Amino acid sequence: VTPELGEGILIVALALALYGSVAAGTGARTGRSTLIESAQHAAVGVFVLMTAAIVLLAYAFLTFDFSVRYVASNTTLATPFWYRITAVWGALEGSIILWAWMLSLYTLLVILRHRENARDLYPWAMSAMLGVIAFFALVMTVSAPPFQRLSPVPLDGRGLNPLLQDTGMITHPIALYLGFTGFTVPFAFAMGALATGRVGDAWITTTRRWTIVAWYFLSLGLLIGGWWSYHVLGWGGYWAWDPVENAAFMPWLTGTALLHSVMIQERRRMLKLWNLTLVILTFLLTLFGTFLTRSGVIASVHAFTQGTIGAFFLGFLSLVALTALTLLAVRWDVLRSEGTLDSVISRESVFLLNNVMLVAAAFTVFFGTVFPLLSEAVRGVKVSVGAPFFNQVNIPLFLSLIFLMGVGPLIAWRRASVDNLRRNFLWPVTLGVVMALVCFVLGVRSSFAVLSLALTLFVASTVALDFFRATRARLRMGETLFPAMGGLLLRHNRRYGGFLVHLGILVITVGVMGSHAWSVQTETTLKRGESAHLGGYQFRFDGLSGRQEANFFRVSGTFTVSNGKPNLLVMTPAKKFYPQDQAPIAYVDYRLGLKEDLYMVLGDFARDGSQATIKVQVNRLVSWIWIGGLVVTLGTVLAVLPDRKAPR
Amino acid sequence: MTRILRWAIPLSALPVLALLAYGFRVDPREIKSPLVGRPASPFTLATFDGPPLSLEAQRGKVVVVNFWASWCYPSCYEEAPALERAWRAYRDRGVQIIGVDIQDTVDAGQKFIQQFGLTFPNVRDVGGKVSVDYGVYGVPETFFVDRRGRIRAKHVGSLTDEVFRGHIEKLLKEAT
Repeated sequence: VTPELGEGILIVALALALYGSVAAGTGARTGRSTLIESAQHAAVGVFVLMTAAIVLLAYAFLTFDFSVRYVASNTTLATPFWYRITAVWGALEGSIILWAWMLSLYTLLVILRHRENARDLYPWAMSAMLGVIAFFALVMTVSAPPFQRLSPVPLDGRGLNPLLQDTGMITHPIALYLGFTGFTVPFAFAMGALATGRVGDAWITTTRRWTIVAWYFLSLGLLIGGWWSYHVLGWGGYWAWDPVENAAFMPWLTGTALLHSVMIQERRRMLKLWNLTLVILTFLLTLFGTFLTRSGVIASVHAFTQGTIGAFFLGFLSLVALTALTLLAVRWDVLRSEGTLDSVISRESVFLLNNVMLVAAAFTVFFGTVFPLLSEAVRGVKVSVGAPFFNQVNIPLFLSLIFLMGVGPLIAWRRASVDNLRRNFLWPVTLGVVMALVCFVLGVRSSFAVLSLALTLFVASTVALDFFRATRARLRMGETLFPAMGGLLLRHNRRYGGFLVHLGILVITVGVMGSHAWSVQTETTLKRGESAHLGGYQFRFDGLSGRQEANFFRVSGTFTVSNGKPNLLVMTPAKKFYPQDQAPIAYVDYRLGLKEDLYMVLGDFARDGSQATIKVQVNRLVSWIWIGGLVVTLGTVLAVLPDRKAPR
Repeated sequence: MTRILRWAIPLSALPVLALLAYGFRVDPREIKSPLVGRPASPFTLATFDGPPLSLEAQRGKVVVVNFWASWCYPSCYEEAPALERAWRAYRDRGVQIIGVDIQDTVDAGQKFIQQFGLTFPNVRDVGGKVSVDYGVYGVPETFFVDRRGRIRAKHVGSLTDEVFRGHIEKLLKEAT
């Protein structure tokens, strides 16, 4: 009965979400609070039903219920417990169910948090969110039904893609989808602002934390995706400018722009139109991302199977784009700025420049991603756009952004005086220049490396200088060191949370730069007893061994690694042979280090174990990327803490 | 001026949406193989029934070389009935279908053939040499070879009746 029960739940959820959306919208327009309350109940019901649906699907996986097609396609009797759980969202239909569930969770949280404090906007936001949920429920009932019955019931299933049988796959989709769906909240409130014409700061202050949370999860999702790619795929990289990576990166870029530009509206009542455009754009890009992965329009390693679902998504994308942008045009007259730009040398203008660069980066990524399509439409020629294009265009933009990251938070609002500039930037600029010279003297010739290191030090020292001065001021008031620092962080949590996130981004930058500029690799075939040499290390091939594991067969090579000291460690890269898959899956062996990672991938081998081909890499500073992610996490937590009013 | 400008915002979305809609008309899996236009690499492989089958011997016929495997679910399972239908419809019109089972065991392959009642010849690519020659990187993949022994088209993924008919009718019209 599982298939029928599941489908029934989803149909009721669809009806309830549709009703709730209409009721909330009507209630908001007519001011009838009974309708709004009724919509709230519907939203709670939708959450309960979506939870029931996802639990039911998980139950079907745990009990090997192969009468559900989706279960049969994504698990076998041999699939371990945890991968039967992750298989719930491992393929198309399940990913939609996870998505819808998260949206219903966000809707519930919005109701709990804002039903008292944002009475004007919140019914509209609830209507918009339930509308989006209704769309996903429609997709699940018509186009990608997770509970479709499979008949006759097979004895065993096909199994989850082995590449997805990794712990990264537990967390990567969850973080990414929490980010994607999270941007629905600011979008929904923005729609409320447009619908009511109250386009002041209300929607911005209401959604500030939501936007930060969504941005954070999106960042985390991207980082975990990079980590998964790095330690599972075995090509030694973490980012490939694949269309679907781009699809997740674009809303990150516009979302980052939004986080900054709303500050100008809060402070100077400017950029109303721009902020609404950005939030709409960000939401549209999250939809575009789902469209891209599920429509089969662009070839990608992330592509799910195709079907009518692409047309559904394009229809919804068009509906949202045209509705939202038309609303924007209708409200044009109230979206004028109340403030004006006083000087080019001011915080406003630096933030504006930051926005221009971020949106330009998003645009180039978008352009590169759809260019193959454009080329085929216009010239009839199939082309692919690779990493060199994206790197070439984006690296200068990102380096400029890092520079602005140092300037923006400290330059004065309205008009910066020479004194303000000297006070805040004399030392950091000096340190940055010294850093560049030191790099040059030490023989670093990659301009990318020199510039990133100099800029990183510049930005880090602006933060340090600011924190030092603020602490010193408190010490002069008679506080002791640690209470002074802690109090500063908590009282000005928004400011210092932001700084901490900036520092995290700097750490990530160093990691990206180091791996880009200084990693080395080699590929070679070794006979038993022979060694490969790379980056001061020696890798000696000692032999092969085979072993049957739970649901695959493993062939591992044994390599003794030394650097001056003999027998530093033993590494065992392997190949995993899954019975249902043609090609074996590489099992990367790696040793992470602060300075460098050792990274080994086993290639072809002789069956008697006499020789093996290996790829060896010494990847520099990659760990800094993951450490940067932790710093970003701390900063985000600090930034979303409840506000504390300064004493007095 | 601003009156026009304001409506430019929603209108600007239209070309992008149109481009994405166009995306449905193209198939990114229709990959141009460098082998298209080149002579099909010759092979002689043992059939499941025993006697070897050679590509060379089919010269003069339009040949369809279909790479499959019993573990390739669902794509190969979807296309097997379509292939059998095509074989019955075209076998007397000078079309030869050859199934090449790759990376598979004899038993599983045999069971697959019986399950779908396949009547066209199927060979086993033991060691995978032929799939390497044809640049196969996933199953199913299908190559259409003309009467002169040249690869004229490659299809990645499940074959449908329409795709099959489209390629075959074109090649059948050509003279030897």
